[in-house]
Amino acid sequence: MPSLPDMTTPDVAELARSAAAHTHHTEIPKPDAGQEAFFEVLLRLGDATLILGHRVSEWCGHSPALEEDIALANVSLDLIGQTQMWLGLAGEVEGKGRSADDLAYLRDAWDFRNLLIVERPNGDFGHTLMRQFLFDAFHFELLKALQGSSDPRVAEIAAKASKEVAYHLERSSDLVIRLGDGTDESRRRMQDALDALWAYTGEMFVADDKDREVAAAGIAPNPESLRAAWEATVRDVLGEATLTIPESTFSHKGGKNGVHTEHLGFILAEMQFLQRAYPGCNW
Amino acid sequence: MTATHPSTAEVWDWLSHVPDPEIPVISLTDLGIIRDVAWDDETLVVTVTPTYSGCPATTIINLDIETALRERGVEKLTLKRQLSPPWTTDWISAEGREKLRAYGIAPPIDGTAADGRIVARANRMAGGNLAVACPRCGSTKTTRVSQFGSTPCKASYRCDDCLEPFDYFKCI
Repeated sequence: MPSLPDMTTPDVAELARSAAAHTHHTEIPKPDAGQEAFFEVLLRLGDATLILGHRVSEWCGHSPALEEDIALANVSLDLIGQTQMWLGLAGEVEGKGRSADDLAYLRDAWDFRNLLIVERPNGDFGHTLMRQFLFDAFHFELLKALQGSSDPRVAEIAAKASKEVAYHLERSSDLVIRLGDGTDESRRRMQDALDALWAYTGEMFVADDKDREVAAAGIAPNPESLRAAWEATVRDVLGEATLTIPESTFSHKGGKNGVHTEHLGFILAEMQFLQRAYPGCNW
Repeated sequence: MTATHPSTAEVWDWLSHVPDPEIPVISLTDLGIIRDVAWDDETLVVTVTPTYSGCPATTIINLDIETALRERGVEKLTLKRQLSPPWTTDWISAEGREKLRAYGIAPPIDGTAADGRIVARANRMAGGNLAVACPRCGSTKTTRVSQFGSTPCKASYRCDDCLEPFDYFKCI
């Protein structure tokens, strides 16, 4: 009787080892709760600079003077550059392979985490500058604190961005003073802008669970801790601008959690049009 | 065949001939944005730092570096971005500053970067403008027209003596 061909006995133990090793390699680490909060906070940073950058860029070609047109476009450029860094890091932290572009162009309004103040319509030139000043004063304090982040990636982006934002704040402070302490007409417009925007400043300093979690890990400051320094700058500049700070402490909120005003959808419709109509389009 | 790659000193020299795309009179090394040149095995790693985060020239700069090095026969090349420590105008070489002045751009004055503090602003308001010298006639009687000029890195000034407008390379 012919003998059957030799069967090689598989090394079961070896197979099990390699299977285990394989499983180990392909296992995607589940983001812990802390990482989720970190991702959210990065979106808050990147979405604020993205939406404000887009808003300010709407002035391009429409400003009252050439120098101001150029300055506004440059401020936008800085903000969009910072967005690339924040949203790039957000995609990295999220770990799902989304790039800064994916996050900017392929999310809908309810996924945006920007403060409401940055999506407010531009209004007149004075209104745009008042919004810029109120945000810059906050942005400057925020970046100063972020430079001490326990995450080196956050700290280095903040160090880079804060140099640029120092110029934004310097410029918007100067212009708010010049226009506030200017003609009757310019003063009236600046006071109207302040009255209209004041109720959108409180949201900057409201902390939720995500803020507190990230603050506890030393990654970002608790927003409440930034209020005093912001107020000092704002009172100083607005005082010199001879403007009156509204007494109301009412504050609109929601942007940080994806509840936006009707204006954000219109911004996204314009900003995202190309990628929505021609997915993956490049130039 | 064992490839003998060019020395890093040679690569630095090549890069010192790559002009900045916005201000072609100065090179990338004058600008101080090349942070490191090193060989990782057979791959050349060039570390570059951005000037302003949104500067549109950054992409062009990377492309120019790549083109220049490929022309010299470098095949394996990696460009690394390094954010920290952030670029400062203090890294613009002395030679670079002179080239800027000759080109009509007032070079940055060290230690005058905006720190955004109100104190600094108040001092400036009281003391008037910085003494930025006109690159054309040398007069320090100049006025700032706008904090932001033709590129993010420049401010617009005007000379009160020769009346010419000029760019000032502002400090960051």
